[in-house]
Amino acid sequence: MLLQLDSDLEFFRETTDRFLSEKAPPHELRRLRDSDSGFEANFWRQGADLGWTSLLVDEAHGGGSISGDRLVDLSVVAHEFGGHAAPGPLGPSNIVAGALSRHGQHLELLADLLAGSAVATWAISETVPHSPFGSFGLEIAVDGDEFVLNGTKRPVESAAESTHILVTGRTGGGLTQVLVPVASRGLTLRPMSGVDLTRRFSVVEFADVRIPAEMVVGAVGHAREAVEHQLRQGLVILNAESVGAMQAGFDMTLEWAIDRYSFGRPLASYQAIKHRFADMKSWLEAGHALSDNAAAAVSAEADDADELLSAAKSFIGEFGGELLQECVQLHGGIGLTFEHDLHLFLRRHTTNRALLGTPADHRRRLAELVIARENAA
Amino acid sequence: MTAKLEDPESFRERAREFVIANLRPSSGSKLVGILRDERTDEEELAEVAREREIQRGLFEAQLAGVCVPKAYGGQGLTPAHQAVLNDELIGREYPMRLQSPTFAPCLSVLLEFGSEEQKLRHIPAILKGEEIWMQFLSEPSGGSDVAGALTTAIRDGDEWILNGSKVWTTGAWWSDWGLCLARTNWDVPKHRGLTVFMLPIDREGVEVHRIEMLNGSKEFCQEFLTDVRVPDSDRIGGVDDGWTVGTRWMFHERMGTNSPLTTQPKGGALSGPDALPMVSIAGDADVLDDRRALDLIGEAESLAAADRALRGRLGDGIAAGTISDQASAIGRLFAGRVAIRTTTIGMDLAGAAAAAWAEDDESLVEIGHDYLMRQVSCIGGGTTEMAANVVSERVLGMPRERTLDRDVAFRDVPRSPSH
Repeated sequence: MLLQLDSDLEFFRETTDRFLSEKAPPHELRRLRDSDSGFEANFWRQGADLGWTSLLVDEAHGGGSISGDRLVDLSVVAHEFGGHAAPGPLGPSNIVAGALSRHGQHLELLADLLAGSAVATWAISETVPHSPFGSFGLEIAVDGDEFVLNGTKRPVESAAESTHILVTGRTGGGLTQVLVPVASRGLTLRPMSGVDLTRRFSVVEFADVRIPAEMVVGAVGHAREAVEHQLRQGLVILNAESVGAMQAGFDMTLEWAIDRYSFGRPLASYQAIKHRFADMKSWLEAGHALSDNAAAAVSAEADDADELLSAAKSFIGEFGGELLQECVQLHGGIGLTFEHDLHLFLRRHTTNRALLGTPADHRRRLAELVIARENAA
Repeated sequence: MTAKLEDPESFRERAREFVIANLRPSSGSKLVGILRDERTDEEELAEVAREREIQRGLFEAQLAGVCVPKAYGGQGLTPAHQAVLNDELIGREYPMRLQSPTFAPCLSVLLEFGSEEQKLRHIPAILKGEEIWMQFLSEPSGGSDVAGALTTAIRDGDEWILNGSKVWTTGAWWSDWGLCLARTNWDVPKHRGLTVFMLPIDREGVEVHRIEMLNGSKEFCQEFLTDVRVPDSDRIGGVDDGWTVGTRWMFHERMGTNSPLTTQPKGGALSGPDALPMVSIAGDADVLDDRRALDLIGEAESLAAADRALRGRLGDGIAAGTISDQASAIGRLFAGRVAIRTTTIGMDLAGAAAAAWAEDDESLVEIGHDYLMRQVSCIGGGTTEMAANVVSERVLGMPRERTLDRDVAFRDVPRSPSH
């Protein structure tokens, strides 16, 4: 997160922070472990009232920005979500709302998403050899005035809680996005198990799912640019949330090291431990800096936005994972128990690390972008 | 009375005009390597002379010392103007050797602690390229324990007599002045008996010895000071108050090329690593289509991007006062880690050519020596261990290390097992 937020944004951050502290404290997260949806509908509606769902939506459609930079606003919320390991479909709801607003379509659903009374999600990921970087196996065929969908998407966040799924697939050589009601015939959800206490994922299978032509979002066969745009937003959210989780884990571990005594002195007085904290602090600050730079580059539609996003996603995934595992190590056995809160942040980071491209996927993508840039020079 | 500052765009036009008319294109994203032994002494001296000439040109074009007050020959402008100049210098030669340590930390220390007379005598000369400065800081007895300096200055009337040895001065053999930390009192704890002086390197009693590094480079020097006389007017700061100067000196050193007093092309060799040399190495090693090579190139670029982003965050935060000056140690620590990993990546991409190369191996030449010299990045300019101490103790507030030299007279501090 930026070192300094303007006062409106800081107020927004504080409001979210306070709300999450009150409504989603660790004992509530533990309780939600056993719930089907992972979040309460009322919690999400109240969050929507705070502005969580409107940040990628145009003013004409009821949205708005606080700082003037929508992605900065959203990354501040995402950072707080990471810092509380908060429940709720933050990424999917915002990305779908943003997409509907951008295309000016399906405004009734958009209004419900804004109000938090409905949830929608985005189905992008598939298994290898496909990748979120534009390679999809799911087929969206045109048949008269209908679309016919065949294929499988996984993992899809909060699919079971959604009324609609924004599905990205291929139509011939191009990409298409359609809004599919979850109740459609031929669509099946298989709930998945996962590491996060409150994030729920499903395998979504499409077997000759037929939906009317008006469910398209954008233009048939010409969705590549929109998909890339959504992917960038998704990566900005994941990065900011992961850095929030890193910060929370780091803070509680530093406090622990100062309070915990061994051999008559605080853990924090041992140089062997101090030096590890110094490295962790450098990874943490570099994570903040990269996450913010990438968000700014996406907002500015800068040429290096994709490079920065992949640099951030791979760095935050790799070093954030190391940081949180170091936090476990420095806690000792207690850090591996369910009773301690540290795992809440390790869970959230681990989930995000694996979504929308692993660190290795993003390193390779980054290398390809750098090589392409060098070849073009 | 505040004069109106020059508009950055008109400054840009002036800078561009100068750059196009006077500066040759540079070789782009070529891997600079680590202290490579690539030039003869004659070539090195010719490059130093050229850099002095460029600096003189910048001075005459009123582009030198952008953030240095006008009273001392600078332009009295802002870091934003310096950033404009750096931007205009992209792809051009520039006075690289004059930036560190002459502008930062030496000029920074002069500006902060020098007397009016000292500033007027030296800062314009530095801006004209007439004085290249070195740090007489580290000693053979210990690099990290800077305040444990053994070089001694004894007062003799209006003069001081210096004896001792300083080491790791880059290019002292072609430099002009040294900023020197010396012990003036052995009967008080170590931080309270130090004083800072300046002295010309060609002064009688200063012997400059060039150190040969394992790769053949002879850029580092060691100086032997034998009864070197320094007038009291060349003392910077108070007698025995050298640590007040020294802590800021080391802050300016850690700021390095983040300092608004330094000039370098934006994205240039001194502003952090970049993965493009890795692409060249992978290309010359013919492994560009190898998945493992792509992973390494991506790793190098993600680390480089993290390093650049972190520099920006720390630089902005320190400038705005939202984080403490000590946070610059976070950047130093991280940059060291990134540099050594990047060097290893280069080595792994080069394959067997890292062990033995032919002269036509292009970017693969000398990669093996870079790897042997790898740890320079974690040693030079203050070790990463010292940076880790600063981060943990000064930034994170963890307890200070217990030391045996804090509250005793320096002459009683153990300096060897036999003490």
